[in-house]
Amino acid sequence: MSDNKENHQGLDPEVVEKLRQQSSELTESINSGNHARAMSVINDLSEVRDQSLYREVGRLTRSLHEAIRNFQIDPRSAEQKEALSKMSDASDRLAYVVQMTGQAANRTMDLVEESMPVAHTMRDEASALHEEWQRLRRREMAPAEFRELYGRIDRFLAALTTDSDMLYNNLSEILLAQDFQDLTGQVIQKVTALVKEMEENLLGLVVMASHVDQLTGTVHQLDEREESAEQGVGPQIKAQEREDVVSGQDDVDDLLSSLGF
Amino acid sequence: MKILIVDDFSTMRRIIKNLLRDLGFTNTDEADDGNTALPMLRSGKYDFLVTDWNMPGMSGFDLLKAVRADDNLKNLPVLMVTAEAKRDQIVAAAQAGVNGYVVKPFTAAVLKEKIEKIFERIQ
Repeated sequence: MSDNKENHQGLDPEVVEKLRQQSSELTESINSGNHARAMSVINDLSEVRDQSLYREVGRLTRSLHEAIRNFQIDPRSAEQKEALSKMSDASDRLAYVVQMTGQAANRTMDLVEESMPVAHTMRDEASALHEEWQRLRRREMAPAEFRELYGRIDRFLAALTTDSDMLYNNLSEILLAQDFQDLTGQVIQKVTALVKEMEENLLGLVVMASHVDQLTGTVHQLDEREESAEQGVGPQIKAQEREDVVSGQDDVDDLLSSLGF
Repeated sequence: MKILIVDDFSTMRRIIKNLLRDLGFTNTDEADDGNTALPMLRSGKYDFLVTDWNMPGMSGFDLLKAVRADDNLKNLPVLMVTAEAKRDQIVAAAQAGVNGYVVKPFTAAVLKEKIEKIFERIQ
């Protein structure tokens, strides 16, 4: 029977054998005019179908329980109820990632926003002093102005030391703020493993359910679900491998200019 | 020049706000989705709108359409800064009347170039 396995994938070989025997018996009975016999064969056939169906539903139910146990969301005992399910644990973990990355981004931006004006002031004062210095070198400076410059350079050099210290400290704090990557990376890997495990369990269930579908002769009409892009679909993964997605700003610019932008 | 920045993530709003400040635009306000942004735009006399696409509540695309459908706002320049990268979406945004489209992740130079280009065209 393995030669036409594709036609009755999932059905028990004995069921298939019974189907085959009884269908030829049915044809014979009808051809020979024995209609009573034919009706009784049809009865037998539907009995075979019902029994297999019950068996498959039983298997499906067991698999479902198994899967639910694997997901640890079966709240049968108080102990299990107390323990966090893997699912809600996964959401908590991802919420933690969002929180950690948000914190790191804000901490980094705080430090950058604190450092930028310092760098700006340093640059402005250095450039102003440089101009004055050039005037001094060209001997265009009056003694009173020189005394003023003398003090200004002194103050600048002192400020330069404290400001560079501050910039250095901010930079090393920015460096430290990136330590979230280690923690979030571990968390995401754990959640990815859970998603994979769930996918496998669900796939097992789908296969089980398809056996029931075959016995009942159910054909599902699954509408292709078109993802509406109107509300936004978020960042595209593997953009380079896809035709319908731009791979960067240059692509966007090309597309827009082809539209007459 | 008064600019409204619309993004559901405060970090992204902060990045854009900082980049705009570096470009000399210091008068900026923030909103976290289209539903908050639209009343602000209607009452606030903004000169420029920078918006994300994917946001809970009202999306940036719906905000763009609402702006273009509003007689008082229809000429407001709109720059989209978004992770949405499908060609269909970019075409749809262009057809809805967006003035510029920047995909995330982006650089300060790209943002600067697009903003300058939009202002060039207006002036």
